[in-house]
Amino acid sequence: MAPILETKNLTMDFGGLRAVDNINFQVNEGEIVALIGPNGAGKTTFFNCITGVYKPTGGDIYIAPEGEKTERINGLKPNVVTEKGLARTFQNIRLFQNMTVLENVMIGRHCRLSAGLLGAIFRTKATVAEEKKVVDDSYEILEEIGLTDYANEFAKNLPYGAQRRLEIARAMATDPFLLLLDEPAAGMNPQETKELDEMILHIRKNNKISILLIEHDMSLVMSVSEKIFVVDYGKLIAEGTPDEIKKNPEVIKAYLGDETDA
Amino acid sequence: MSNLMKYFSLKEIKKSLVMTLWFMILTFPIMVIKVNTIENTVIWRWGYLAVIAVGSFILSTLWRYMMERKSLQAGNESKISLQQKLRELGEKNPRLKRGALAAVIVLVVAYPFATSMYQTGIMTTALMYVVLGLGLNIVVGLGGLLHLGYAAFYAVGAYTYALLHVHFGIGFWVSLPIGAGLATILGILIAIPVLRLRGDYLAIVTLGFGEIVRIILENWNDFSFGPSGIANIPRPTLFGIHFKLQQASVFIYFIMVALVVFTIFIVRRLENSRMGRAWIAMREDEIASQSMGINITKTKVMTFAIGAFWAGMIGVVFAAKTTFINPASFTLWESVIILCIVVIGGMGSIFGVVVGAGILILLPEYLRAFSQYRMLLFGAILVLMMVFRPGGIVTNVRKVYRIDKDKTGEAE
Repeated sequence: MAPILETKNLTMDFGGLRAVDNINFQVNEGEIVALIGPNGAGKTTFFNCITGVYKPTGGDIYIAPEGEKTERINGLKPNVVTEKGLARTFQNIRLFQNMTVLENVMIGRHCRLSAGLLGAIFRTKATVAEEKKVVDDSYEILEEIGLTDYANEFAKNLPYGAQRRLEIARAMATDPFLLLLDEPAAGMNPQETKELDEMILHIRKNNKISILLIEHDMSLVMSVSEKIFVVDYGKLIAEGTPDEIKKNPEVIKAYLGDETDA
Repeated sequence: MSNLMKYFSLKEIKKSLVMTLWFMILTFPIMVIKVNTIENTVIWRWGYLAVIAVGSFILSTLWRYMMERKSLQAGNESKISLQQKLRELGEKNPRLKRGALAAVIVLVVAYPFATSMYQTGIMTTALMYVVLGLGLNIVVGLGGLLHLGYAAFYAVGAYTYALLHVHFGIGFWVSLPIGAGLATILGILIAIPVLRLRGDYLAIVTLGFGEIVRIILENWNDFSFGPSGIANIPRPTLFGIHFKLQQASVFIYFIMVALVVFTIFIVRRLENSRMGRAWIAMREDEIASQSMGINITKTKVMTFAIGAFWAGMIGVVFAAKTTFINPASFTLWESVIILCIVVIGGMGSIFGVVVGAGILILLPEYLRAFSQYRMLLFGAILVLMMVFRPGGIVTNVRKVYRIDKDKTGEAE
C-alpha cells in the first residue's frame, strides 16, 4: 500500500539556516501519525512546507489520495493544497474572529462550492440550493464536534477549548483525506486534552480521515498515535511506534540532553 | 444621580483638578500675559485664567466620566447594536415595519417636490456618497484592504462620460455602464501589482495610484483638457426628453435614489454569498483563509474590481450632475472623505454607510455657519469615534442562520 503522504529528502533553508533537513516521512491511509520534537526543531516549518505556506528548497512531497494517482505537490499554493485534500489547523489559533462559528465552518466548505458572482446576485436556483446545503453540512460538522450551542456566536467570544475545536471543525469542512493538526492540545487542561483524544479517534473512525499531528503533550501523543516521527534540529532522529520511541536513546537525548552533560 | 456617582470617585476629581492646574500653568504665558511692545506695558488678563480653569475642569471631568463608563461597559456582551434592535423591532411588529418602509418611500419621493432645488442637490450629493461609501465598503469594510485611491475610479467614471460626450457625442445612459466597466477594468489592473501588499503598504500604494490618475488628468492636456476641465456635459435625458434645470435636478435625484436601491440590493446579496464570506475571511486572516481553500489572488482582484465598479458608475452621474468636471474634484481629500464615511458609519455595515454619508455630507451643508470650524470638528469627531466607538456608529451584525434542527436530525 502506497502512503497517502510521502516526503522524500524534504529540505527547507532560510538563508543559511536549514530548518528542515532531508526528511523522509510517510503517512499511510487511516493512520494517526505524530510529529514530535523539542521547541524549534522545525516541526511547524515541515507542516508549512507540506501545506504550501512555504515552498521547500529541496526534496519532494507526494500525495496519493485513495483511488487517485500519486501527485507531487511541491510549491503549490495553500488553497490548492487544501483543494487537493490536505486540511490544517494552526498552532496559534487563527479563526475568523468576527464571523460566526457556523460561518467559520462554511468558509471551510468554500473550495467545495462553485457559486459565483452572478449566481449570488441573481440568486439562481443552484446557488440557493448550494447555500442551503452548505448551512446544513456545516451544521452537521458542528454537531459532530459538539459546537452547535455556539453556532451563531462570534468565534472570538468562544472559550479557548471551543476555539481549538472550531479550528478542527473548520479544517474538516474542507473535506480532507488528511488532517494536519498543529499542536491541537496547546493550552488545554488535562480534561480537555482527554476529550480531544477521544475526538481525534472519533474523527478518524467516522470520516475515514488520516491524521498527522504535531504535539508536545506526550500523554496525547502516546495514546492516540500509531506511528511517531521525532525531529531535532531539522533532522529526523527516530521513527516508530510509541513504545519504541519511549525507549529510543536518541529521543531521550534530544529531550533531556546527554547523560554526561547532566 | 446614583448612576452618575458610580463613575465618579474623589480620586478621579482630584486627578481632574491636577489636570486643570497644569493647564492653567501651561497656558498662562499665552492666555494671561499680554505684552504691548509699543507702550511697554503688560496686561494681565486674569479673566481668561478663570475661563480656562472652569473649561478644562469640565472637559477633563467629562472625559474621565466617558472613559470610566467605557471601561465599565467593556466586556458587557449584552450590548446590542442599533441595527439589531431595529431588526428585532421590525420582526416583532411587521405592521410597524411596513409602515416605516412606506413612510420612508413617501418621504424619499416627496422630498424633491417639497424642498428647493438647492436641497435636492445636497440630497443627491449625499446619495452619491452613499453609493461611493458602499463601493469602498466592499474593499475596506468587507475585504479589509485599506484603499486610499478610491477617487481615481470616481474620476475614471466622470472622465469616461465627459470624453465620450466630447468626442463621440455619446449620452448619459450609454456612458453609465461604460464608465462603470472601465473603472472595473482599472480596478483589476491596480489590484494585480498590489496583491502582495497589506495594511499600511497597500494604503501608500493606492494613495500613490490615486494621485497618479489625478496628475495624469491634470497634465495630459491633449487627452483630458488639463486643469481647465471639461464643461457643458449634458444632463441625463429620459427617452430623448431634455429637462430644464429644475426638472433635471429632480430627475438626477431620482436616478440616484434608484442607484442607491440597486447598490444596496446587490451588496446585500453579495455580502452573504460565498464570495462575500470569502471577502470577510480574507479581512479576518489572510493566511488562514488561504489555508481553508480560498484563492486570495482571485478574491482580492474581485474586491478591487467590484469596489471600483460603483465608483465608476457614480463618476458618470457626477459628471452629469455638475455638467463640468476637472481634476480638482478627484483629489486625495475625496478618497479620505469616502473612507471616513465607511469608518465612521461602521465598517462592513450597509446601514452604517448610509448613516455615515448622511453625517459627513449633510451635516457640513447644514452647518455652513460653522464652516470655519468644520475641519476642527471633523478631526475631533474622528478622534472621539476611534476612542469610544472604534467599530463605527453602526456595528455590523452577521447573518444569523436558523437551522431546522428536527430536519437535520432526520437527515443523519
